[in-house]
Amino acid sequence: MREYFARDHARHPPALTQDYKSTVLRSPKHAPLTLGQTISEITGPHFGQGDIGELDNDLIRNFAKDGDPIGERIILHGRVCDEGRRPVPDALIEIWQANAGGRYRHQNDGYLAPLDPNFGGCGRTMTDDAGYYRFQTIKPGAYPWPNWEPSWRPAHVHVSVFGHSFSQRLVTQLYFEGDPLIERCPIANSIPDLRTLQQLVAPLDMDTAQPSDCLAYRFDIVLRGRFSTPFENRLEGS
Amino acid sequence: MMAQEDKILQETPSQTVGPYVHTGLAPWAIGLDVFKTDIGAEIVGPKSKGRRITVSGRIIDGADDLVRDALIEVWQANANGIYRHVEDPKFGELEKDFRGWGRAWTNFETGKWSFQTVKPGPIKDRDGVMHAPHLNIWIVARGINIGLSTRIYFVDETDANAKDPVLNMILPEQRRQTLLAKYRDEKLKTNDYVVDIALQGDHETVFLNT
Ligand SMILES: [Fe+3]
Repeated sequence: MREYFARDHARHPPALTQDYKSTVLRSPKHAPLTLGQTISEITGPHFGQGDIGELDNDLIRNFAKDGDPIGERIILHGRVCDEGRRPVPDALIEIWQANAGGRYRHQNDGYLAPLDPNFGGCGRTMTDDAGYYRFQTIKPGAYPWPNWEPSWRPAHVHVSVFGHSFSQRLVTQLYFEGDPLIERCPIANSIPDLRTLQQLVAPLDMDTAQPSDCLAYRFDIVLRGRFSTPFENRLEGS
Repeated sequence: MMAQEDKILQETPSQTVGPYVHTGLAPWAIGLDVFKTDIGAEIVGPKSKGRRITVSGRIIDGADDLVRDALIEVWQANANGIYRHVEDPKFGELEKDFRGWGRAWTNFETGKWSFQTVKPGPIKDRDGVMHAPHLNIWIVARGINIGLSTRIYFVDETDANAKDPVLNMILPEQRRQTLLAKYRDEKLKTNDYVVDIALQGDHETVFLNT
């Protein structure tokens, strides 16, 4: 069977990152057991257009009650492909974010910035045949959060992706080009290598910006790829 | 190591889902009404075959406190051990309303998660090796930098569990217990299974690098 490339854990944040306090009690101490992939790992859920509503990818309109939300209108778009540069069509992408003031529509968010009555802060879409996706939204604000010392999150959008197998499952965060808070953020810097972190920084994309309407940011996503030739299926020890 | 010459790009790095994961992945948990369909609500439909079960538990951190802001996903085969995926050779034999995937969250007060589903059958891997019935689990939360994968097996599958190739890799042997869902009521053996997931500590769950 065709296996997925082993995940390169040196590029992902380790489970324990002292500067991000919440990891201290939530990081497993044992190394995970390494499996060769079985049919349980190379399969995964498949979603269809029937799962998605017409306005689901438009965060400017999908919660609007009596007008547009406050803030900078933006397009977030990009392409999902795998490590072999093959496009991933039919990927489900779900996003969530704070409003322009840095406040989430969530019962546990008590930040003093106000809720926006016209902004829900969540969206979802499927990639097309070429792996492209597109959202319309409001640029989120930075917000403070309790950590070792008062910390500020850079403006960010949470991004969840389903590719074609459960072993490709990925959740990450998108940051915006030029934000001085990125280098000061313990969560962004849980990624050990600065060049790898750059993969999460979406550049401004003036070619896609809409005149008299909105700016655009480009965020390409890479999921685990797989060998093009079949391998003998076997389990590895850890 | 295997050669990875087909690898041109590098996987996008993971980041924590943070404390407000429900806003995006479970808006129903916080009364946020944006989407018409809740894609993670039903693992199985009314026509799916098999024994109806509930699997539930809690998630516990290294200080033995409940994790009340986690999101948990399940991926499973149907009662005959078939996955709803084109690469399962028996894909065509599935009941139409069997999805095999679902999403839950830990309750904001009790810390409890639960799935209502059918018990999966034993799964034949492509090399013919049989895996004991199991649920594939993926957990994210504030303080988890990259999603944690594990499996849940069933206490009543003694023979199949003894031959399962993944369980058999786990050493020391007593750690295999951390993946075992037990009957809530040992005497009556109803269709109600429980298993706690420990992120850290003396009973730390075995997590898998898949
Ligand atoms: Fe956030």
